[in-house]
Order: sequence, then structure tokens, then C-alpha cells
Amino acid sequence: MSFRAAVVTFPGSNCDRDMAVALERASGAPALRVWHGDADLPERLDFIALPGGFSYGDYLRSGAMAANSPIMRAVSREAERGVPVLGVCNGFQILTEAGLLPGALMRNASQNFICRTAELRVENARSLFTAGYEEGQLIDIPVAHHDGNYFADNDTLDRIEGEGQVVFRYTSNCNGSQRDIAGVLNSAGNVLGMMPHPERAVDPAHGGTDGLALFTNAVGALVEG
Amino acid sequence: MKIRVYVSLKPGVLDPQGRAVHHALDGLGFEGVEDVRIGRFIELDMADGTTDEALESMCEKLLANTVIEDYRIEKVER
Repeated sequence: MSFRAAVVTFPGSNCDRDMAVALERASGAPALRVWHGDADLPERLDFIALPGGFSYGDYLRSGAMAANSPIMRAVSREAERGVPVLGVCNGFQILTEAGLLPGALMRNASQNFICRTAELRVENARSLFTAGYEEGQLIDIPVAHHDGNYFADNDTLDRIEGEGQVVFRYTSNCNGSQRDIAGVLNSAGNVLGMMPHPERAVDPAHGGTDGLALFTNAVGALVEG
Repeated sequence: MKIRVYVSLKPGVLDPQGRAVHHALDGLGFEGVEDVRIGRFIELDMADGTTDEALESMCEKLLANTVIEDYRIEKVER
């Protein structure tokens, strides 16, 4: 049975094709493409990806409008059923705005748009998304964002750190994120949001392939499962 | 009725935009500026009789992100 992944496109998404290519590279099956205004997702999905970009022009707050779009009700339902959901960059912002992940993403502390490769430390290599890495492994993943400054109150930060929900941390904090957090899981472990772009590091021509293990591990685990 | 919603970052949450404006005011030579916080002002034209619950729900669900922001609702009778 082939792997069924869906990539949601919002008005203003611009990394949706890259995400679909990364998923196809890892699984061998083309990703299904879904429009934000659709009320339903395709049936029997193994994986849902919310790509980077500037959904709805970042009006109001990054991700706020997209979090209330029709397709997000379906994404929330599937996430609650345990279907893996990956949100990258704007996708991460959408997941926090939708309440599927703790915290919020604010304007970078520097006020600058940051576009460069960031070094991340894998803090939890036991999740579906990170088991292809070693605990403590350093990986190079590109970042490109204006609103990647992760914020949560101290109680929430203590809780998510204690539960192993902080999976990626910047080795050099580029955006002001609390406790250098670059990626977080939900408490059930099936929803991951991260600001860096693993789909931009899956081919040697990208300058690195450190993002590929995230996709191949998830696909492998889900196909075997 | 006209509704004005003021959304501001919670106290203690870093406001880089406010800090940049503070810096610019200093650069212009304005003295005595101790802090600058930038928020958002949203004006709504609502049917008369809209309930407070509905307004609060709008703020909680969309207009403010209550993880980082506070909001204040002001009613202006026509």
C-alpha cells in the first residue's frame, strides 16, 4: 500500500511544492495537494504537511487567518485521531495559532528577516519525526523567516521541556526564541512544528541533506506500522 | 454601534518593534521616552445589541493571540 501524504496550500504558501517533492523523495509516492478552502482532506492519510510561506499575506498575525480556514478543522480532527502533522515555518505558526501546539511565534528579536543555514541540535531523537537522528546530533537546516521568535510562558516551557516536546534547538539563537527552541512536538507526539526548513535540505544540490532523515524516518515508520 | 478593539503585547513580552521606535525617538532627540509598546487597533461596525460574549469570543478566537497578547474592548454608541 502506498504512502498517502497531503500538502495543504494556503493563499500565499510558497514552500508547498518543495514539501511535496521532499515527501515524494522519501516515500516514492506523489503527495496529494489540498487547497485551504476544501472542507475535507483525502481519506486514509498517513501524513499531513503544512508548508512555509506567507498565508493570507500574514494579515493580522502570521498564521492567524490560515488557522481559521476550512481545511484546518479537518486537519485538527485528523491530528486528534493521531495522524502525523508536520508544520514548517508558516506551517508552525499556523499550528500554534490553531492551538495544536503550545506557544506562539513573534517577530524576530532583531526585527530582521533571517535567511541562512542554522545549526540545530536534536534534543529528542525518540519521536516519529526525529528517530532518524542521534540524540544531540548537530544538523544544518536552512531558516528563512521574519516571525520565528518562539514564546511561551515559563510554566509551559518547563512542562514541554520536561515532556521531551522540545525536539530541535538552535545552537546559536538567531531570532530570540525562548530557550533557543526551534521545533516543538505536541504532547501526543504526532504534531511537529519547526521554523527551519527540512524540505530545503533533502538533495545534495540544496547544499546539504540533513533534512532528509526527518522525512525518511517518518515514512519508514508509518509504512512499516 | 462602533467597537474598538485594542490589542497589545502582554507586559514582559519583548516588543522589538516598540524597541526600534524607542531607539528612533531617541535618535530624533526626544527626551524622556521611557518605553514604547506597539499594539494594534481594530475598529468594527457591529449591529446594535451585539453581546459582550460575542465580542469577547471574536477577540479570543481571532483578533488577539492570548498566549502573547491582551485585548481591550471599547464601545462607541452612534
